[in-house]
Amino acid sequence: MEGGLDFGVIWTNLTYFMVGRYPGGPMGGVLLTLYLAVVSLIISFFGGMILGLMCVVRNPLIRYPTVAVVNLVRGIPLLLVIFWMYFLLPFVMGRTTPESATVIAALSLFTSAYMSQIVQAGIEGIPKGQTEAALSTGLHPWHAMVFVVLPQALRNMIPSFVNQFVSMIKDTSLAFIVGVSELTQVATQVNNRTMIYPAEIFLFIAIVYFIICFAFTTLSRWLETRLAWRKAI
Amino acid sequence: MFSYQFDWSVVTSGQYFEWLVSGLKITLELSVWSIIFSFLLGLIIAVMRMSNVRPILWFSHAYLEFFRNTPLLVQIFFWYFGSYQILPKAINDWLNSVNFEFAAAVIALTIYTSAFIAEDIRSGVRSIPKEQMEAARSSGFSYLRSMRYIILPQAVRLTIPPLINQFLNVTKNSSLAMTIGVAEITYQARQVESYTFKGFESFTAATLVYLGLSLVIAGLMTLYNRRVLSPMMGGK
Repeated sequence: MEGGLDFGVIWTNLTYFMVGRYPGGPMGGVLLTLYLAVVSLIISFFGGMILGLMCVVRNPLIRYPTVAVVNLVRGIPLLLVIFWMYFLLPFVMGRTTPESATVIAALSLFTSAYMSQIVQAGIEGIPKGQTEAALSTGLHPWHAMVFVVLPQALRNMIPSFVNQFVSMIKDTSLAFIVGVSELTQVATQVNNRTMIYPAEIFLFIAIVYFIICFAFTTLSRWLETRLAWRKAI
Repeated sequence: MFSYQFDWSVVTSGQYFEWLVSGLKITLELSVWSIIFSFLLGLIIAVMRMSNVRPILWFSHAYLEFFRNTPLLVQIFFWYFGSYQILPKAINDWLNSVNFEFAAAVIALTIYTSAFIAEDIRSGVRSIPKEQMEAARSSGFSYLRSMRYIILPQAVRLTIPPLINQFLNVTKNSSLAMTIGVAEITYQARQVESYTFKGFESFTAATLVYLGLSLVIAGLMTLYNRRVLSPMMGGK
C-alpha cells in the first residue's frame, strides 16, 4: 500500500512483454498471444464451418454424432480441453507435441464447437425460399448451400465471428497453464522475478488485453449496425 | 501405440475418488457464491447503466467494457497477487483470516460475471414496455422505487434464463481457480493424474462431472421456461 503503484517495472521489461525474446529467440508476449489467436481463428473458422454444416445435414448418422461432440466440447471448460489435448495428442501423434501446438489444437477444437453454433444459426436464419428457389433452378443441394445460402449466411455471421475472436484472444491466456510464453505467462515470469509489483504488472497486461479486445468489440458493433442497415434497404 | 492400461477403479473408489468428490464440492461452492454475489453486483451496475446522471453512466459503462474485455485469468491473478497493494489493510487482514485463494477466486469470478449479468438484466429491462415506467413515475414513485417495485420484478423474471446460462458459465470458469491453488474439480483431476498417471480416467471423470452439471442446469432451464416463462408470456 505504501507509496502507491510504481510502473517503472513495466518500462524496463516492455520489449519482453511485447515480443518476448523474438528477433533473437522464440516469440513471446503480445506477439505470441496474437499469433496463437490468429492461427486458431483460421483453423476454427474452417472447423466451425464443417461442424456447422454437419449439424444441419439430413443424414442422422452424420448429424447426431456431430451434435453430440459439439455439445460435449461446449459443456466442459477450455482448461479441461487443454489438459485433454496435452494428454491425448502425444498418444495420437505418437510423439511429443510442442506446447504451443497443444494450445492451438485445444483452442481450435473449443472455438470450432462454438463457431459451429454460429454457422448453424446463420444458415437457419436464411429464409427457406432461397433454398427452394435454388433447388428448383436445378442446383444440386450442396451447390445450393455453397453458392446461395452460405454466402448470405456468412455475411450475417461476421459480427458473431468477430465476437468469437475476442473470446479467443482472452482464452489464449490459458496457454499459461502448459507453459507457453504468451502475455500472461510473461507477466507471471516478470512477477516471480521482481516479486513486489504484482498489481502494476497484472493491471498493465489487463489494459493491453483490453485495448486489443475492445478494438475488435467496437469493430463488431460497427459491422453489426452497418450490415443491419444494408439489409434494411 | 495404444499400450495404455485402463484402470477405472482409480477414480471410482478409494482416496482418489474422495479427492474428486471434494473437488466437485468446492466447484459448487465457488460457483454458487460467485453467482449470488455477481447477480447482486450485476443488478447494481445495470441500474447505474440506465441512470441519467452522466458520471454514474460513464463509470458503469467503463466497468462493463473493461471487465468484459479482459481475460478472467488475468483478473484472478490481479486479485490474488495484487490485492495486498491496492486494498486497505483491514480488508487484507480479513481476507488472510479466511481462505484467501478461495476468496480471491470468488472476487474475480464475481466481478467478471457481474459485467455479463448486468448486460443480461439491462436487456431484460429494455424489453419491459416504456409505459410501465411512465405509469409508475406519474403515480408518484421515484425513479429508484419504480425500478425496485415495478420494472425489476418483471425484468428479473425475463432475466432468469440468461442468468441460469451464466451460472453454467461460472461453473466452467471456476476451473480457472486451480491456477491459484483452489482445489476444485479440474485441480483434483490434475492431481489424480500426476499421482497415478491415469490421465484418461481422471479427465473423463472431470468431463462427466461438468457434463452432468450442464445437463442438470439445462433441465432446470427447460422446467423454468415451461412452468414460469411461457405462462407469463402467454398471459400477456
